[in-house]
Amino acid sequence: MKRSVFFGALTVAGLAAGASAAATLDEVKARGELICGSNTGLAGFGAPDASGNWQGFDVALCKALGASVLGDATKVRFVPTTGETRFTALASGEVDVLIRNSTWTLTRDTELAFDFVAVNYYDGQGFMVKRDLGVSSAKELDGATVCIQTGTTTELNLADFFKSNNMTYTPVNVADDSEAQRQYLAGACDAYTTDASGLAASRATMPDPGSHVILPEIISKEPLGPVVRHGDNNWGDVVRWTYYALLTAEEKGITAANVEEVAASSTDPEVRRLLGVEGDMGAKLGLDPDAFKRAIAAVGNYGEVFEANVGEATPIGLARGLNALWTQGGLQYAPPFR
Amino acid sequence: MHMAMASDAPGNEFRLGMLIYDTRYRSLTIQVIVLILFGLAVAWLLNNTVQNLEAKGRTFNYGFLWQRAGYDIQQQLIPYTNDSTHFRALLVGLMNTLVVAILGCIGATIVGIIVGVLRLSKNWLVSKLMTIYVEIFRNIPLLLWILFIFVPLGELAPNPTDFRVTEEMQAAGEEPRASMILFDTVAITARGVNAPYPLLERPLGTVDVAGIPFNLSVLAFLAVVGASFYANSLIRRRARAVQEATGVRPVIWWKSLLILFAPAIVFLWALGFHLEVPELTRFNFSGGVLVQNSFIALLIALILYTGAFIAEIVRAGILAVSKGQTEAAFALGLRPNRTMSLIILPQALRVIIPPLISQFLNLTKNTSLGIAVSYLDLRGTLGGITLNQTGRELECMLLMMLIYLIISLIISSLMNIYNRSVRLKER
Repeated sequence: MKRSVFFGALTVAGLAAGASAAATLDEVKARGELICGSNTGLAGFGAPDASGNWQGFDVALCKALGASVLGDATKVRFVPTTGETRFTALASGEVDVLIRNSTWTLTRDTELAFDFVAVNYYDGQGFMVKRDLGVSSAKELDGATVCIQTGTTTELNLADFFKSNNMTYTPVNVADDSEAQRQYLAGACDAYTTDASGLAASRATMPDPGSHVILPEIISKEPLGPVVRHGDNNWGDVVRWTYYALLTAEEKGITAANVEEVAASSTDPEVRRLLGVEGDMGAKLGLDPDAFKRAIAAVGNYGEVFEANVGEATPIGLARGLNALWTQGGLQYAPPFR
Repeated sequence: MHMAMASDAPGNEFRLGMLIYDTRYRSLTIQVIVLILFGLAVAWLLNNTVQNLEAKGRTFNYGFLWQRAGYDIQQQLIPYTNDSTHFRALLVGLMNTLVVAILGCIGATIVGIIVGVLRLSKNWLVSKLMTIYVEIFRNIPLLLWILFIFVPLGELAPNPTDFRVTEEMQAAGEEPRASMILFDTVAITARGVNAPYPLLERPLGTVDVAGIPFNLSVLAFLAVVGASFYANSLIRRRARAVQEATGVRPVIWWKSLLILFAPAIVFLWALGFHLEVPELTRFNFSGGVLVQNSFIALLIALILYTGAFIAEIVRAGILAVSKGQTEAAFALGLRPNRTMSLIILPQALRVIIPPLISQFLNLTKNTSLGIAVSYLDLRGTLGGITLNQTGRELECMLLMMLIYLIISLIISSLMNIYNRSVRLKER
């Protein structure tokens, strides 16, 4: 009798734990703070600046999310995660959302029980070598020592690439980007491989960027995007549509500077729905009507975020390429706000 | 009278209250209650885990161990490719852990004994130097020592390309920026030490036991060396017998030399022994054997760090042997060296071994810090890449804890057997 009561209580406790894990949106609102899993430090994408404030392309999406959910882009706490710790941090509930150059794969979608809700950067894996090594193609790297961040998809792509080209290599598995850079610069490896965007970001922070070459081969598809826990569909929708709001804003020419003016004057029904002037798009997600307007006002549209953090005017100097809007020949495409 | 008292005494019949108020039962009651609470706590933890895994839609199984690993490992003591299974990767990591642990325990013991003895030296400078060594290494975290040794190894050593001599350099009469040492056989680079590797022209082949290849040539060589040592001990025993019988010890040193070295040399010559010297190729030295910087740094740091603790244990053990023993030995005319090795150390061992076991266990567990310098041990393969690629945190962590537990239990049981053999024999 007592035993069954005890186990009954356990079951209830277990179920309660399961249920509370499912409603991330309510948790974030109650906490008044969004906890965003970020990179330990990748210039342009997610790194603290000189005064300790997090800046970057991925960080901006976290801030937009903070603005849309909590109405304040500063109410975001960034938890630095390495390639190895990031998924554990998300699965255990330590972070609400992971926006940290994470590649969308089938295994991560299913076995790791996550949902990749969008692709905010279409990337591919590349190689960087020192210019004086005289290498012009990744196919010439037979016998090289390669630095690679452990716990990433790039680790597996690297093995596949060398195998399919009948080449050999020696891996040096390092914990994060900064240690990889240090070992690469010290000569512990001939080449450093990671996502091409990450290579550009690393090169920009090196003492003499001109003495390093990023090889032309892109050996994989790396769709990077925000990740949430599987099963909490409402929270997934919030993250997904906040991101699409930034994309749609670029498509419609809405910027951080003109968002208030557009909201007041626009006659485009989709813009009016996006900015919460009419319809109940926000309410459908459990957000305020002007949630997306706040997000755009906080960080700007997708194009502004890109140019400010990693674009051609920055030291990282990435071209839009695949990440241009679909209207300009890229892959970035937001479903309609309707 | 006695009988009547006993039968009249209360408590002849059992009442529930006696479980608390009767000292005969109280301790039993408390133990049972504690045991039940402990069991409930464990059950709650297990139940909670299972419930939460279910709520997350996760299962608990070890099937992933038999799937293709897909990643490469730098240092492989047993054959492994990225087509091998995660289990094979686990074994590779385990081997890497064990090789550092075993070499580390041996090295730390040697360092510890030498430093421990020298700390008691009457030479002021020597004993103070040893004190400084012990205090510095004991009081700074091991991880910092590992990094402190690893970073300069990589930053200061030349790159493999610095060894290259191009035709233009030859024409200009320039020397390369770096060159090999020890008659052009060893290259020290930012990646590690490339050393010659022993090869045989006519090897005896290998035998696979449970997927781990055993090199027959090495086993045969060890057998030859072992037999030589045995034969040498027979010669020495006979010499001693002759000495005891006649008082004159026959001259045997040339026999010993011959029997110790000749068979091994003949054996190696018969199999065509030669050294493969590393050669510079496009990016790296190939041929020979590469001892990585991460391995060197981890091993040196573990030896020096643990050696400092062992030195203190050794010193304590020696001080625990009463001074009368030394004086008695001196009175018998033994020299200080012989006194130390014959009288003091054997007695000190009884005090030294039990704490030494925990130092060995610490060293073995500390090998898991190798991940900081990219050394792929068990923590790096099973607990790092495999865990991350498969997302099986709970399974990998539990398995890894189990393996470390088993390694530690094996070490401590072996050391306990040794401890039993040296402890004071009570007759």
